[in-house]
Amino acid sequence: MTIEDLRTIAENERQAQKKFQHHVCVCIAAGCLSSGADQVRDAIKKEVAEAGMAGEVLVKGVGCMGLCSAGPLVSVETEDQLFANVTPEDASELVRSIDTGTADLKHCDTAVPFFERQQKIVLENSGKIDPERIEDYISNDGYRALVTAITEMTPPEIVALMVKSGLRGRGGAGYPTGLKWSTVSKTGEQAKYVICNADEGDPGAFMDRAVLESDPHRVLEGMAIAAYAVGAQNGFIYVRAEYPLAVKHLKTAIKQAERLGLLGNNICNSRFSFHVDIRLGAGAFVCGEETALIASIEGQRGAPRPRPPYPAQEGLWNCPTLINNVETFANVAPIVRNGAAWFAAIGTEKSKGTKVFALAGRVANTGLIEVPMGITLREIIHEIGGGIPDGKQYKAVQTGGPSGGCIPEQHLDSPVDYESLARIGSIMGSGGMIVMDETSCMVDVAKYFMEFCASESCGKCVPCRTGTRQMLAILEKITAGEATAADLALLEELCDLVKNTSLCGLGQSAPNPVVTTLKYFHDEYDRHISGEGCPICKEHAASSAEVSQ
Amino acid sequence: MTKAPVRIKTLTIDGREVGAREDQTILDVARENHIFIPTLCDLPGLTAVGACRLCLVEVRGVNRLLPACVTAVAEGMEVSVSSERIDRYRRSILELLFAERNHVCSVCVTNGHCDLQSLALKLGMTHVHFPYQYPRLPVDASHERFVVDHNRCILCTRCVRVCDEIEGAHTWDVMSRGVDCRVITDLAEPWGKSESCTGCGKCVQVCPTGALSEKGKSVAEMSKRRQFLPYLTLMREARR
Repeated sequence: MTIEDLRTIAENERQAQKKFQHHVCVCIAAGCLSSGADQVRDAIKKEVAEAGMAGEVLVKGVGCMGLCSAGPLVSVETEDQLFANVTPEDASELVRSIDTGTADLKHCDTAVPFFERQQKIVLENSGKIDPERIEDYISNDGYRALVTAITEMTPPEIVALMVKSGLRGRGGAGYPTGLKWSTVSKTGEQAKYVICNADEGDPGAFMDRAVLESDPHRVLEGMAIAAYAVGAQNGFIYVRAEYPLAVKHLKTAIKQAERLGLLGNNICNSRFSFHVDIRLGAGAFVCGEETALIASIEGQRGAPRPRPPYPAQEGLWNCPTLINNVETFANVAPIVRNGAAWFAAIGTEKSKGTKVFALAGRVANTGLIEVPMGITLREIIHEIGGGIPDGKQYKAVQTGGPSGGCIPEQHLDSPVDYESLARIGSIMGSGGMIVMDETSCMVDVAKYFMEFCASESCGKCVPCRTGTRQMLAILEKITAGEATAADLALLEELCDLVKNTSLCGLGQSAPNPVVTTLKYFHDEYDRHISGEGCPICKEHAASSAEVSQ
Repeated sequence: MTKAPVRIKTLTIDGREVGAREDQTILDVARENHIFIPTLCDLPGLTAVGACRLCLVEVRGVNRLLPACVTAVAEGMEVSVSSERIDRYRRSILELLFAERNHVCSVCVTNGHCDLQSLALKLGMTHVHFPYQYPRLPVDASHERFVVDHNRCILCTRCVRVCDEIEGAHTWDVMSRGVDCRVITDLAEPWGKSESCTGCGKCVQVCPTGALSEKGKSVAEMSKRRQFLPYLTLMREARR
């Protein structure tokens, strides 16, 4: 495979697609699929065939278009139209009016902040290409970065490029990616591994899933470039078994890339070989922690071990291992294609590039968004997200899942970057963003996340295993209205203990939702304790009693 | 063949200057110099896992606490093994352990010979200020010579490691997650039905509490013999 071969494939694909007058893209990523997008696609295909337009209309299943709340989404690319909540019955109307572009269906306005304020790098192909066809990816500049890297660049040049780009780990902690690559590349000539962490476990987060479902080749290309840069021969994608569609697309993508010689032995006729395998996670949240993930791949119990040694020195089977998140790898190819300066120009001084967020909860537009770093939370929630529906008041946004914190109104103008979010007690995290309105009780929210951490703790270290359980018991006592001020003091003590003495990130960050709610919503805790009771909890109890009747 | 030279690092522990080989941990050096650092999961001769968090120490210039059992020494390191903060954390961790399961010393076979009990005494733990959890846990007496009482287990995994690393049987492992964790034999079969167990009893001897004990022992009668472990390790090193 040379760059010319790649161009030929891309050109052939473009010609083949140009033959069709109309391109109809149906989102078949998990969100739309769950509301019947596959039936919509089949219905449209059937209609097209029956109308004898098979030579004019190309119907393809594509990845996530972002606005999951309006799914199933169908776009007619040639007319630049986007239809929302499409049903199989709408297919005939859509096909009938395809020439005039006047379909009497629910239009989705794309000239709104939700679409206009986004900047897409990771999701540039998402919703445009067919994730199951490598040719479609190649015709959109796919694998050009890999072929260029192998044929024209040396590994140290690529590492230097990553350092200069300022890319930081998108898994949540924000460790400089270039530095990690450089560490692994300096470990000398030996067996090394590249691992893609796709064990996305935060409640309400679906960024990695969308990337893998919509554009799996982008992740493979990023991994292959990484492997070339650090001198690794084998790679693993650790993806949770709850993502069957992502796994299916990845398997297809690996096979296709191997067939074209873009993965496997002697890639681009060079001495570089790289093999990728998939490992399925069995549903343990802690396996998203890198050392636990490595133990799991090795076939051992998924429990973390103390660092150092870091995986960069001693990782999988004690070999130097580069482990990055899905989104981090998805950023690699564009950086190689467009240069470090291009990437470094996006974002803030210390946080470069864009970040994908899964916007969920009490916000008008729920779905997947990609925004430049440095955008404020207010812009994300009130402009892109379209604000809080049903005339309710904003209360808090939870970023970073069970490891993150709840951010109140007064900090909404804080920019979204690693340092700013840490300053206000939360974390960037992997990209989950759950918006809450006045109908959410913050103590109840803290309890929910503590319950999650307590049941997902691996049980290895004492503070995390039993400390989270003690905290949960206190939070249950508080929400039941049975707690006293002494319990609150004990809760604060446990927060400090678990944060400072736990072995891995799970325990160290488990108190965050409690700490931030105590800090910003202390009055709600007081209300539960004072005997006055929490009006929100009472209402919930009343309505759930009604349901059970 | 000439051996690679042994590199020596000097560091201070609680203000005392000590020398160490570069492959030693803070805990190794502290023990050599008779400086006490509390531990429960650690046992010389077994792989350190850093799980009990009792050996956390402060190192100057590092903003988090480090487990002494797995932290390698470094030149010029300044270690404090005790401070008001660490002592408080250690007592709290011990209290959490006492509150987690049903540790009733007065009726325990290892009363008076128990690592957990003696550490609580040594660290000045006067009471448990966390609510007791009182879980209902089983006792497995199916083995002809030994008993496992999950009420007294602290999940230090010494039994798991000694069985895997020294005896080579890997009968023991841990199942489930969080507070539901339990040490199991084979695939959670009764111990007496275990096909991999050789009946060597090493697990019983290394267990820090009364969780693993010999049958026929009454209250306070079960003291553990651990001399075999350094001996075995020494003999194996010599054969290498």
